[in-house]
Amino acid sequence: MQVTLRVRRFDPEKDKRPHMQSFTVEAEPTDQVLDLLNRVKDYQDGSLTYRRSCGHGICGSDAMRINGRNRLACKVLVRDLGATITVEPLMGLAVIKDLVVDLRPFFEHYKSVMPFLVNDEPAPARERLQTPAQRLRYDDTTKCILCAACTTGCPSFWANGEYVGPAAIVQAHRFTFDSRDRAGAERLQILNDRMGVWRCHDIFNCTEACPREIEITKAIGEVKLAIATGRIE
Amino acid sequence: MVHEVEVVIVGAGGAGLMAALHASRGARTAVLSKLYPVRSHTGTAQGGVCAALGSEEEDNPDWHAFDTVKGSDYLGDQDAIEFMCHEAVAAVYELEHMGLPFNRTESGKIAQRPFGGHTNNQTGRPVRRAAYAADRTGHMILQTLYQQCIRNQVTFFDEFQVLDLLLQNGAVCGVVAVELSSGEVHTFHAKAVIFATGGYGRVWEITSNAYSYTGDGMAVALRAGLPLEDMEFFQFHPTGIYKMGILITEGVRGEGGILVNDAGERFMERYAPRVKDLASRDVISRAMYLEMRDGRGIGGKRFLHLDVRPETVNRYAAVDGRTRPDGTAYRVTGPELLAKLPDIIDFCRTYLGVDPMTEPMPVQPTAHYAMGGIPTTKLGQVIADARNTLVPGLFAAGECACVSVHGANRLGTNSLLDLIVFGKMAGKQAAEFAQRESFLPLPRQPQAVTHERLARLRQADGRERAADLRRAMQELMFEHVGVFRTGDGMQQALASLAELRQRYQHVRAGDAGQVFNTDVLEAWELGCLLECAEVTTAAALNRTESRGAHAREDFPRRDDPNWLRHSLARQAPGGGVELEYKPVVITKYQPKERTY
Repeated sequence: MQVTLRVRRFDPEKDKRPHMQSFTVEAEPTDQVLDLLNRVKDYQDGSLTYRRSCGHGICGSDAMRINGRNRLACKVLVRDLGATITVEPLMGLAVIKDLVVDLRPFFEHYKSVMPFLVNDEPAPARERLQTPAQRLRYDDTTKCILCAACTTGCPSFWANGEYVGPAAIVQAHRFTFDSRDRAGAERLQILNDRMGVWRCHDIFNCTEACPREIEITKAIGEVKLAIATGRIE
Repeated sequence: MVHEVEVVIVGAGGAGLMAALHASRGARTAVLSKLYPVRSHTGTAQGGVCAALGSEEEDNPDWHAFDTVKGSDYLGDQDAIEFMCHEAVAAVYELEHMGLPFNRTESGKIAQRPFGGHTNNQTGRPVRRAAYAADRTGHMILQTLYQQCIRNQVTFFDEFQVLDLLLQNGAVCGVVAVELSSGEVHTFHAKAVIFATGGYGRVWEITSNAYSYTGDGMAVALRAGLPLEDMEFFQFHPTGIYKMGILITEGVRGEGGILVNDAGERFMERYAPRVKDLASRDVISRAMYLEMRDGRGIGGKRFLHLDVRPETVNRYAAVDGRTRPDGTAYRVTGPELLAKLPDIIDFCRTYLGVDPMTEPMPVQPTAHYAMGGIPTTKLGQVIADARNTLVPGLFAAGECACVSVHGANRLGTNSLLDLIVFGKMAGKQAAEFAQRESFLPLPRQPQAVTHERLARLRQADGRERAADLRRAMQELMFEHVGVFRTGDGMQQALASLAELRQRYQHVRAGDAGQVFNTDVLEAWELGCLLECAEVTTAAALNRTESRGAHAREDFPRRDDPNWLRHSLARQAPGGGVELEYKPVVITKYQPKERTY
């Protein structure tokens, strides 16, 4: 089948502002949107610019807006989109070129929430024990691949880029509810900030955008509850 | 721009991050990566990282070492293998202490599952040795190491692609890199450099490897006049999704899944009567190839079925007399499988519209892992020749390196182990080296070679297109330098590769800009792939035997008297490939026939 691929282009060395460009591409219904982008880059316009790496939804490089929704280009197939497909860069972050956005603010927010396990008690010679139930408690938020689809789909983040955003809260959740961690209170204090969890208004865009199907709004709710009650459980 | 740091690490996957954690404790360290670290290919590893923890049943590091030696078809260096398998236990606990969310046993220990080639050496039966986190073990390792790097304030240069290694009289003095966001070329003046750049599976048409797996570090080493070791050994993983190559973890078979042919037969019984579907990867890929060649592919096509439906798993577990650690019969339910293999089930639903709980998965062997690479000692120091001369200041770890612990065929889960054990060694050694040594002067024009290469890719006549050459290379390598090989096929491949390298001189990038010019970098990567392909083919053609992943139809037997040795391949000054050989280190495991 033939697909019309509409791409929002922007080359900072040439363009004053972004513009849409259409390409006609031969496609199979089972092709990924990433396959279409590759076909354009390989055979029509080598200057088309986007990030990609693993090609099967694990590395998180190719998050972009596809027909208005934040998706991974390698995890959405032509058969689910139809014959006209529009791809645009993620919103809320500066565009460097075409579909490539500046991720530095995203990773700065990530780093601000202590996204690592803290336990400075002497480690045993073997593993720290953790029951399957304790492990399950934070399982959902371990799946995050930091693709930025959630944060850049959040109206609160669009309104104010200082907001840490859902991805950072997901990371904070992953450690705060880990029975081995000892920095929960400190992390919750960071998030109990003007630019922390209270900017989340349960809009659920993040949950819908997540390619890993993490229940992000629920995780944020659990963090809010822990702050409100002072109990991590 | 010139930066001065004591240790530069190139690559931010498992090996690079582990090296960074340890190097940064002793020296000023910077990590350069062409991707954001969390995009690295380590993240796609699924099934597990092995260590003889004995969480679930009796195990010990010596069994692990013997299994690895046997899996390597006796080409692995046994001193390095014993070292890795003994270090493994502490290394996996170190990951757990860093926060890695392993699955757990009922008593709270790290859970372990069986994997191909890992056995109880007394009974010969599969042993639970692979520590895992669902089918996301690589993702968890990558995330955990990155998290700890953030905690320890490691310095990163994200989206900096290294294009050249700087040497002075054979000793390291730095690297040259392009900053993607600006196109600016940077020089990093360093005392020590660690390459942790990963593999080169994009040489082949069907591969599980990321687009970014283009052999950059290996090609840069070749161009610096260094050799690559054992490049003829490249692993084809038995279970890639048909046509796409996406990996379906061996953990599926560890959980009881089986391979079947068009007649519905569990054909591995014929090829590996004892461990069947948990034989090592080279053995299974060859069996699949033979089944398909003889017309027993599904519907006569080039794929077979991987069946992990609960009723199938339970039927064959009963046939095999498989038990749980407590001695009761092994049985699974759909929800249990879903909890242990969520991602591969998601892949099948997303890309194939197939639900593995109710239908078998179509699979074919997929190019997966380089056993060969930049030769190193077991401390990560790079070796320049068959006499084991060290390259001062240069280190390598992970898939781009060849220690050699995998020999002719790697066992599943040993790659993640390799990353953490040897990444750590390389990091420590590089820091010690930097403390001991002073900076060597940079060459007068350190960026000259890089600018010249980039200029050529921007200014060539454009008669050839990178995508055409890439596709031609991938097809011919899959056809002639794949699971089975022949002398004639490889001769033909070598001639075609020489022609492709000529045509490559005419490739011009389609993007003339400076900012985030991925087109010029992908064209540069194609050059790396072509050079890795050439070295692989030349080393394979010269090895007139079959061993591990190198299977020749014209030389079907292993030939220890002539070929129990490592190859070292380097680019000859006038073109072509020069080969020399060095002996395999044998400690206590004498080579014998390898059956499963």
